[in-house]
Amino acid sequence: MRPVYLLSDPEAARRGKVWPSRLFHWLDRWAAWILPAPAVVVILLLTAFPAVYTLYMSTHDWFASSLTPPRFIGLGNYVRMLTQDERFLNAVWRTLLFTGLAVGLEMILGVAIAVVFNRDFLGRGLVRTLLLLPMVATPAAIALVWAMMYHPTLGVINYLVQLLGFPPLEWIANPRTVIPALVIVDAWEWTPLITLMALAGLAALPAEPYESAVIDGASGWQIFWFITLPLLRPTLMVAALFRTIDALKTFDIIYIMTQGGPGFASETLNVYIFQTAFLYFHMGYASALLVALFALVLSVSFIVIRLRRAA
Amino acid sequence: MNNPPAILVTDHLIERPAARHLRRQVRSLLFYLLVLAIGAPFLFVFLWMVLASFKTQVQNTAYPPVLIFTPTLENYKTVLLRNPFPQFTVNSLVVAVGSTMLGLVLGLPAAYSVARFRQTGLALGILAARMAPGISYLIPWFILFTKLGLVDTYLALILTHLTVGLPLILWTMIGFFEDIPREVEEAALVDGCSIFGTFWRIALPLTRPGIAAAAILSFIFSWNNFLFSVILSGSQTRTLPVAVFNFMSYEEINWGGLTAAATLITLPVLVLVLFVQREIVRGLTLGAIKG
Repeated sequence: MRPVYLLSDPEAARRGKVWPSRLFHWLDRWAAWILPAPAVVVILLLTAFPAVYTLYMSTHDWFASSLTPPRFIGLGNYVRMLTQDERFLNAVWRTLLFTGLAVGLEMILGVAIAVVFNRDFLGRGLVRTLLLLPMVATPAAIALVWAMMYHPTLGVINYLVQLLGFPPLEWIANPRTVIPALVIVDAWEWTPLITLMALAGLAALPAEPYESAVIDGASGWQIFWFITLPLLRPTLMVAALFRTIDALKTFDIIYIMTQGGPGFASETLNVYIFQTAFLYFHMGYASALLVALFALVLSVSFIVIRLRRAA
Repeated sequence: MNNPPAILVTDHLIERPAARHLRRQVRSLLFYLLVLAIGAPFLFVFLWMVLASFKTQVQNTAYPPVLIFTPTLENYKTVLLRNPFPQFTVNSLVVAVGSTMLGLVLGLPAAYSVARFRQTGLALGILAARMAPGISYLIPWFILFTKLGLVDTYLALILTHLTVGLPLILWTMIGFFEDIPREVEEAALVDGCSIFGTFWRIALPLTRPGIAAAAILSFIFSWNNFLFSVILSGSQTRTLPVAVFNFMSYEEINWGGLTAAATLITLPVLVLVLFVQREIVRGLTLGAIKG
């Protein structure tokens, strides 16, 4: 009978009798490096390289449309950004306003809806499935439908608003209402995410505190405020963190519906960077703005994480 | 043993069963009305999109809005026959399938490694790539791809969409690989199977539903992508979301045609979502919550 060599038999490998065995042994030893290596290399090439390049470009003055090479200007872009560029400061303020309003509205509505849905009822599965649809529907298509519905004279939303006895609004056509109008679209898209995360959190809550609360005669509101909400807080902080980071980066719906308009009334930092880079081709300055956006995302996340620890 | 105070419990049950039954039914009715009121705004947007796609331009620009009308298929005919819509669909499909395939090839071994060797740092590093604003990669990519002559190629789109799809696949799959019972893998290793063999013959077959879910998520996010495609695609590779955006900039907007296109774009996503209901929240929050 021929000797049988196991593929990764260490003895056979050390004796070096069978080459595939040796190869497999070597592969196994380094598996923790070999398995993730391709993914890590590709991600590094696609993200870390651009990050470094952005830092480099942010210290240069360069228009991609011109033939002159990038000119080193040190911190010139940053100085201009912070001292002379009112459009930038307004964009930062608008980004924070949009994010605060959107995340606030989504958290309140999301938790409220989750509390309503947190019971056994006929059609619960169907409702949960339907909740998924707004967040995965193609944003370009959704933005288009909302733009149609928001039309100041022909839109169905003004028709419904008037049906309820309110005066019609100009929605995304008016600088004063455009941010709240976009917040509504964002809330339509992402409130279901908060609801689903809150539902997952509610399902994992222990029963004992509720039993003792009922025995002690607590009202439904008291139970929600003093038991459910504190117990749910870790889940809600994670939800708020994710939503905040994503809301700061909102681009699709704003750009497709208003392109930052009317005027600059809905130009968030993301949209301003996009226009600086791909409308004016001012790549050096856009890179400096990017660093500012990144700093904004990092510091807001940091604040939310600190809040989570303190809570 | 003491008897429980049965009187207290049964008292009102026996007293007026009919009234109690009625009260319960009213409450149940009110509850379903509430569910309907909550769900209506979410569904209305989809409903309005589909309705508008079956209306003529005159009906779409009528005020007050037309609710009862004879549906027309004219918009769908225009979109499918008089536009390069099929070409845009092919472009979207090539990019979404390409980036998903590449994402699986790269992401599955990495996710297995993270789950098996507890490489939390690695997972967090890839999470950081997802946290950074997409636009921060776009400017360097644009400059680089312009220099390499890769703008308006499938390769550029597939690679850039990968930065969204790969983290999604990785974070979805870590959970599935961690759920494999340790004994099963150990048995394979004891029987002389290498780590790569265990991955290929044990882990992958056991997590097939997870792989399908991760692939669908990655496909949806590539299909929906606007930001990367609007800059890096061109006349040869224009994807559906970009095409819709371009149509919107025409002077007189053809709402029927646009909503027909929007319906056709959204439909496959809505169908696919039915298969990944459980994983979608996990994917969207990168595993932070097992939804």
